[in-house]
Amino acid sequence: MTTLTDPPKESFRLSMLIYDSRYRSMTIQVVAMIFFMLVAAWLLNNAIINLNTLGKPISFKFLSNPAGYDINQRLLDYSSRDINLRAALIGLLNTLVVAVLGCITATIIGVIVGVLRLSSNWLVARIMTVYVEMFRNVPVLLWIILAWAILSESLPKIKSFRGENATSSMSLFDSVAITNRGIYIPEPLFSRSLGNIHLLGDSGLRFDISIDLIAIVVVLALSIFGMRKVTARANAVQEATGDRPTTWYIQLGILFVPMIALLVALGFHLGLPELKGFNFKGGTHLRNSLIALWLALSLYTAAFIAEIVRGGIMAISKGQSEAAAALGLRPNRTMSLVILPQALRVIIPPMISNYLNLTKNSSLAIAVGYFDLTGTLGGVTLNQTGRELECVLLLMLVYLVISLLISAVMNWYNKRVELVER
Amino acid sequence: MKKSVIFGALTVAGLAAGAAAAGTLDDVKARGKLNCGVTTGLVGFAAPDANGKWDGFDVGVCRAVAAAVLGDPAAVEFVPTTGKTRFTALASGEIDMLARNTTWTFSRDVDLKFTFVGVNYYDGQGFMVPSELGVSSAKDLDGATVCIQTGTTTELNLADFFRANNISYEPVPIETNAEGQQQYLAGACDVYTTDASGLAATRATFEDPGAHVLLPEIISKEPLGPLVRHGDDNWGDVIRWTLNALITAEELGVSSANVGEMSSGTNNPEVNRLLGTEGNLGEMLGLSADWAKAAIMAGGNYGELFEKNIGENTPIGLARGLNAQWTDGGLIYSPPFR
Ligand SMILES: N[C@@H](CCC(=O)N[C@@H](CS)C(=O)NCC(=O)O)C(=O)O
Repeated sequence: MTTLTDPPKESFRLSMLIYDSRYRSMTIQVVAMIFFMLVAAWLLNNAIINLNTLGKPISFKFLSNPAGYDINQRLLDYSSRDINLRAALIGLLNTLVVAVLGCITATIIGVIVGVLRLSSNWLVARIMTVYVEMFRNVPVLLWIILAWAILSESLPKIKSFRGENATSSMSLFDSVAITNRGIYIPEPLFSRSLGNIHLLGDSGLRFDISIDLIAIVVVLALSIFGMRKVTARANAVQEATGDRPTTWYIQLGILFVPMIALLVALGFHLGLPELKGFNFKGGTHLRNSLIALWLALSLYTAAFIAEIVRGGIMAISKGQSEAAAALGLRPNRTMSLVILPQALRVIIPPMISNYLNLTKNSSLAIAVGYFDLTGTLGGVTLNQTGRELECVLLLMLVYLVISLLISAVMNWYNKRVELVER
Repeated sequence: MKKSVIFGALTVAGLAAGAAAAGTLDDVKARGKLNCGVTTGLVGFAAPDANGKWDGFDVGVCRAVAAAVLGDPAAVEFVPTTGKTRFTALASGEIDMLARNTTWTFSRDVDLKFTFVGVNYYDGQGFMVPSELGVSSAKDLDGATVCIQTGTTTELNLADFFRANNISYEPVPIETNAEGQQQYLAGACDVYTTDASGLAATRATFEDPGAHVLLPEIISKEPLGPLVRHGDDNWGDVIRWTLNALITAEELGVSSANVGEMSSGTNNPEVNRLLGTEGNLGEMLGLSADWAKAAIMAGGNYGELFEKNIGENTPIGLARGLNAQWTDGGLIYSPPFR
């Protein structure tokens, strides 16, 4: 503040970079960084030179050449004449499908098992322990292959559904067919569909958005908004008068009436699978490869999640549940209102790494012939084009981005949970 | 973390590229063993027998090369490869040559940089279905579930064939022939498709081969032959001329039974050149004078290898067809030994 108290300005000498502790760590870091960059550049240069002498310079042109192969499970339209980039996109969507399905079921199973493992019922707790130890301690690849082998060897063959004396038949009023090629379930159809919005022309990344779906989401959102308003009003009335108006029938009405009206307007009906020719036609086909992968990844990851949940619950002091009991809460409400919300703070960070693991483990899909990203870009495309380095670099990049996105979302959620608590 | 992984991959690429340099013949001689890539198991072409000894038509080529180069048909390390791993194994130098039902195509030659030294089996892609399905033509397969090996020409041909005929199918990708067979027999797919020779070989191992038919359509050309990496022509020549020696031997009537007698001299100069009693062909290749004799003694000439492993008297029962000598109306033809 005052120039008087300033110490005399010391002139800067080069040796201070090493001997002055204020600069030393900085110097070391800069030197290490330069060294690291040099090594990296050398490796990169070496690889490029070697690939050039081999006559295979790094090039991503193959991405815009026709893929040439077919993919069984595709969420967007795709044919063998589409380019490799689109095949990779189809694979990426398939990866995301198992990852999302897997994370959801793993969480549900994991939470249930984790809670039950603490159950005072000896048998239930023991069974859950066996489950956790069994799944945690065997590599997930084996579970995937086992699930697949069981599905394809033990479920009825298509031919047993055929002919006069068929030995198998469809379940649930002839709407679901369980076969060793997968499970066929009814699919939602709209006879007065509003059509699709087509985006990105005929590029490799083109896709359609169903207007029906948008309409459903919008109506649902509006209904939920309406329901909140009703709740808020009921709260206000309760505050003012002490009496809470009965609102459940209004709430149900707001939720269902517009939705049903919309569905009727769109001509909603279910398309049932039926046996035609070689296979079941119609309906949605959940292939064995998807089910096996989904099941194995969920059960495996759920075992880890169960442990995390158990740890999280045990971290909440006993006084909390005693206090809740003293207030007259029943045990299940104590769990859902007092224990679990607090346990979430402990649970969420390790949960992130389990979601990441599940997503990365989904690349084992190749073992059961599920066309995920590793199966398309890192499998058939890599093989047919011989572009190993390019494909692997792209694969790593995509998995990295997915993982970072999951981390980002979960970290955001984690922050929210923390704030609510404090 | 991300960075270290990428650099790891780059280092591997750098090393792999380094390993692919020339001098394979010297390497093999120094090692005293030939690393030969084969299938993971396709009876008749390459499969270990009950004693774990590899046997088959493609294995015969490996053994002939080992005999020609090292004088010992047993000096082979067989490396099982799948449709997907075979090219990486060859490009990285893990194997010296590949003899595995591999189709010679433009892109494998020009883009993947492999030298196909010849053709030891002219094949085409076929379809196998259970007879109870009552299918008589591949064009009736609309909507069928088809098992295919990934990383093969098969999956590309299949897509083209169904597209050209405007019919649909459901692909079930598999890694190895054994897996394909298991899936097909379990009824997880209606159709198994691969090279017709592979279908015949696979069907021969079924409990009831009569319950499965091969459809009449052959939808592609699949010239199968041994291959090596680009960039070592000398080594390529060794494999090429070993295969040609087996073919020429059949054409000239030299067999494993009479090669001993013939190598003491005949009045056919080409036989003499082949067997090294005249000229110095072996020396030109960098091999001993009796290299071709050793190759023929290893498992017999081309015709003998064919009859013993996949011919009409074996369970696989393939006719010579396109694979007859050119003198018998087939395509098997070797350039002259001179
Ligand atoms: N010729 C085709 C297909 C080769 C192929 O995969 N053949 C199968 C059946 S003929 C095979 O050898 N399988 C043996 C194994 O799975 O190891 C190609 O080169 O892409």
